[in-house]
Amino acid sequence: MKTPSSFPPPRFRAILFAAALAATGPLLAAEVVPEPDPLRTRELIHIVRQDCGSCHGLTLAGGLGPALTAAALADKPAEGLVATIVSGRPGTPMPPFLGIVSEAEAVWIVDQLMRGFPADGGAVPTAQAR
Amino acid sequence: MNHKKTARSESRSSTRLAPVALWGLVLPAIVALLSACSSVPAQHTVRGTGDLGVVIERADGRVQVVETTGRSVLATVPGVGDLSHASVVFSRDARYAYVFGRDGGLTKVDLLLARVDRRVVQAGNAIGGSISHDGRIVVAQNYEPGGIKAFDADTLELLAEVPAVTEDGTRSKVVGLADLSSNRFIYSLFEAGEIWITDLSDPRNPSTQRLAGGKQPYDALVTPDGRYYIAGLFGEDGLAMVDLWNLDKGSRKILSGYGRGETPLPVYKMPHLRGWSIAGGRAYLPAIGRHEVLVVDTDSWQEVGRIPVRSQPVFVMARPDGREIWVNFAFPENGWVQVIDTVGGKVTDTLQPGRAILHMEFLSKGHEVWLSARDDNKVVIYDTATKQPIKTLDSASPSGIFFTSRAARTGF
Repeated sequence: MKTPSSFPPPRFRAILFAAALAATGPLLAAEVVPEPDPLRTRELIHIVRQDCGSCHGLTLAGGLGPALTAAALADKPAEGLVATIVSGRPGTPMPPFLGIVSEAEAVWIVDQLMRGFPADGGAVPTAQAR
Repeated sequence: MNHKKTARSESRSSTRLAPVALWGLVLPAIVALLSACSSVPAQHTVRGTGDLGVVIERADGRVQVVETTGRSVLATVPGVGDLSHASVVFSRDARYAYVFGRDGGLTKVDLLLARVDRRVVQAGNAIGGSISHDGRIVVAQNYEPGGIKAFDADTLELLAEVPAVTEDGTRSKVVGLADLSSNRFIYSLFEAGEIWITDLSDPRNPSTQRLAGGKQPYDALVTPDGRYYIAGLFGEDGLAMVDLWNLDKGSRKILSGYGRGETPLPVYKMPHLRGWSIAGGRAYLPAIGRHEVLVVDTDSWQEVGRIPVRSQPVFVMARPDGREIWVNFAFPENGWVQVIDTVGGKVTDTLQPGRAILHMEFLSKGHEVWLSARDDNKVVIYDTATKQPIKTLDSASPSGIFFTSRAARTGF
């Protein structure tokens, strides 16, 4: 999938977005990060566990990519993690995921990762898949 | 298990139709059907292993033992650990499957008795393994701690360890391990960008030769004749190639600059390389960050073509007769499979076998290919002549499919 070109650049937008959320209070501790609708939530969990899991492991304990367990992420700033999901990390195999997930969804994913990511409920059933 | 369900419903409908006198026939049939579905096969059955294989049930730490003649699941073997990434090699007699799991587990599965024969957890994070030509040494390649470890193939006793540490103290993840003649093994170091050859002819006293490689090798292959080793590079446009018959010449780059300076497209899953890429004097290799299959002449090692495909290729596999190349793709285009005709040099078929096609495995003569459809929880079997599905098997989140025909091949 091609990365849509846009202005401001995705990385910068993600930081702005996360910063905007952060400005209203501690992003991941007290604030409630809005959860996507149930079907999309299930899909996102499946994507993170299975497809991010190609590199980071199904248990998120790491592989070619680093571990994404709550313990491993404890000292990482959430904004940076959101930016990494949205824009990737140049020079490493981490690709940008904007277009596959939205910025708001990236914020939710990071929040869930830092809490200990939910178990995979499987792919969305075919009839409901979009 | 689904088979049980089928057996029961068939037996119910039979009993409604059968006269009482037939009960003597029907009851033993039911018992036979149900016992055939048990996870332990009948011990007295004598059979060969040439048509067996294993399917990795990725999320549940299980493997299915399958047979390819009747296309069925014979048994399910649990207790194989974290299989988020798993690969399998076979003993020379094709009785045992050595399963390398993500959690560093090395599990020796007895295909005939359908049970775990031995299991060791040998590292924190592993990616795969290999077996020596004489079948006595199994080698695991590890991400954490980076390096290789050699084990006795019978007992899984640790024989030797080679940490992938370079002068500056960097410890690298090991990728692209393959078996060479004389119980040597070749592999690449992701961080250090080197290619190492470890000689295990004296298994407790390994010696290692180091070669230059390239930036961020992600996987590698040895050609079926054992002559060439090719490492795919994530960090640069090109591949590193070693002529193992002329080792003093070191490695060289092939396909340098195949990206033509263009910005690479995102790679959502790393391609996998094995000797299956070689067909008819050509190597068919996945480009990185380009939606192309690169074609290289294996005499001159010059590019002789590139074939546009649907997305980032992951597995680019020649049918064993070399007439076709089957390609699957990285997330999110992983529901597609394309077939390239090697004579015409272009895509002739575009298939949708199921959701999240993670792997493909050909029968040894290429008339069928088995594909794992992770998100549909099934293995789909295609006739390669008609490009039509023949049968599907239930499988929980299947990933790798490995047939025992690999036991006879270098680089598998």
